[in-house]
Amino acid sequence: MTVAVDGAARKRRGPVERFRHSLQKHWYAYAMTAPVVVVLGVLVGYPLIQGIYLTLTDANSMNSARTIGVNHIAATYDFIGLHNYADILWGPTAWDRFWSHFIWTVVWTASCVVLHYVIGLCLALLLNQKLRGRTLYRMLLILPWAVPTFVTVFAWRIMLSDSGIVNSALGALHLPQPAWLEDTLFQRIAAILVNVWVGVPFMMVSLLGGLQSIPSELYEAAEMDGASAWQRFRNVTVPGLRSVSSTVVLLGIIWTFNQFNIIFLLFGNNAPDAQILVTWAYRLGFGQQPRDYAQSAAYGVLLLSVLIVFTTFYRRWLARNEQAIG
Amino acid sequence: MTTTTTETSAAQQPGPLSPPRRPQPRGTASTRTKVLSHLALSTASLIALFPIGWLVYLSFGPDKDDYLHPGRILSKMSFSNYSFVMEHTQFFTWLGNTALVAGATCVIGVFIAATTGYAVSRMRFPGYKKLMWVLLVTQMFPVAVLIVPMYVILADLGLIDTYGALILVYCSTAVPYCAWMLKGYFDTIPYEIDEAGRVDGLSPFGTFWRLILPLARPGLAVAAFYTCLTAWGEYAFASTFMLDDGKYTLAVGLSSFVSEHDAQWNLMAATAVLIAIPVSLVFYLVQKHLVTGLTAGGTKG
Repeated sequence: MTVAVDGAARKRRGPVERFRHSLQKHWYAYAMTAPVVVVLGVLVGYPLIQGIYLTLTDANSMNSARTIGVNHIAATYDFIGLHNYADILWGPTAWDRFWSHFIWTVVWTASCVVLHYVIGLCLALLLNQKLRGRTLYRMLLILPWAVPTFVTVFAWRIMLSDSGIVNSALGALHLPQPAWLEDTLFQRIAAILVNVWVGVPFMMVSLLGGLQSIPSELYEAAEMDGASAWQRFRNVTVPGLRSVSSTVVLLGIIWTFNQFNIIFLLFGNNAPDAQILVTWAYRLGFGQQPRDYAQSAAYGVLLLSVLIVFTTFYRRWLARNEQAIG
Repeated sequence: MTTTTTETSAAQQPGPLSPPRRPQPRGTASTRTKVLSHLALSTASLIALFPIGWLVYLSFGPDKDDYLHPGRILSKMSFSNYSFVMEHTQFFTWLGNTALVAGATCVIGVFIAATTGYAVSRMRFPGYKKLMWVLLVTQMFPVAVLIVPMYVILADLGLIDTYGALILVYCSTAVPYCAWMLKGYFDTIPYEIDEAGRVDGLSPFGTFWRLILPLARPGLAVAAFYTCLTAWGEYAFASTFMLDDGKYTLAVGLSSFVSEHDAQWNLMAATAVLIAIPVSLVFYLVQKHLVTGLTAGGTKG
């Protein structure tokens, strides 16, 4: 009986007490994480909530609160519920506005990440040998990552322009000279090309680190057992890289899906068909008049949900795979 | 996520140049493999280097149309583009702004990412797993959904058109990944070091500051490089939040330059090269830490 009463009493002052207790016990941890939590909460969490609210309105630059000279004009936009989402997903011309960009975004992400990973892995394997001058090779190969994106994208724009070096070289070889920056298909190829060039170094370095952390005893043992080079790769290298790979592939997918800079800087606002969802959303919100804040934010929320759903499944799939192996 | 064999060895190797793990005993790699490897690596290096080298080369051509006739540049190379950019634009103001923003982002970002990473790595407080998950989710936010509300908040805080705004925004984009990576790195440092520090009477923060941080230098170097790079090259936020052209960063200044000067590509090439130089120096300083630093973060799911 007393126990029950005691328990009930403890339960009653539960949350507050527990919070105080936890604060006393863990205040150090909380203090150390507080700056990040506060910054992210203010600059990401709150804007996100506001952004989600915006998607439920018809806000644009004509009816949002703004200041012109000394006059302050109050916001006059209205709450319109889920209309924006319905309009984007199955309104008139939804195919041109959303689905075509969505499919292109998926193709873009898949091809970029696959190429990043394959090329990065090959280079990492090459660099992981005992070769003369590999430090130099490594430095040169990381360079694309070290130069700011807008500088490299600018360099590519010059090279891919109509009479740039790429087309001159193709011309000298009597090959067709596509309009890289104007024709939709070639715009897309050019975007993937540039993004692969920019993104391989990160993959390469991460995988190289992963390779170096595989104990050499495993290779020696495999060799003792008479494993061929391919078998060693298949049964030692691949499992050894599993954890690095799963992380960098996930990050790669997230980053490529939201890769704003490459496409925006390569084409500006000139290439409606080569825009992935992020740049398309930016274009709606900032690249046109009147600026459509609500739809732009709705695209953002859709993007975010796609990624969250994907990541959840990805992690579940990884966990299941790991169980199957371990 | 459990990891198998790969977790611990990264930190024990002091540098990326620790003995290479070759499946074959030394010297048995056939000459043919070696030649092929060299061939592949030098081709790849050439591809990696070429666009940048080409840009540098074009930046020496003094006339507007020289990029169309690269052959002509060789005979009339000059630094005139560089001197023009430095004398006739606000290049040095922009450079100063960018350096200030990138430097502050770097210091603040790395510091708070390190404290967070350390807390998550060493302290078991309620919600530490959720925190890592939240950090990952913030990487998924597209610019488009955040930029308008962020603008509103920064305006409310009176930060529009100040460096503080950019520093905060860049911290919020770069810190999650850095914290993730540093947490992985701290995980590879043995707990005994913390315990020894506590026995000697250091506070948890003292342990972190005086024992762990010095050991985590490679990880910190990579985090610093990453934050610097994020802040140095960012365009969308910088162009939205900075209104006064005296406060532009280089990325924004460079693009305003395009429209103003009617695509004078030779001048832009010179500006681009000038922008790339400082970051490349930072990169050169940290590059030997890159492999160890990044992997430790990568091996932890």
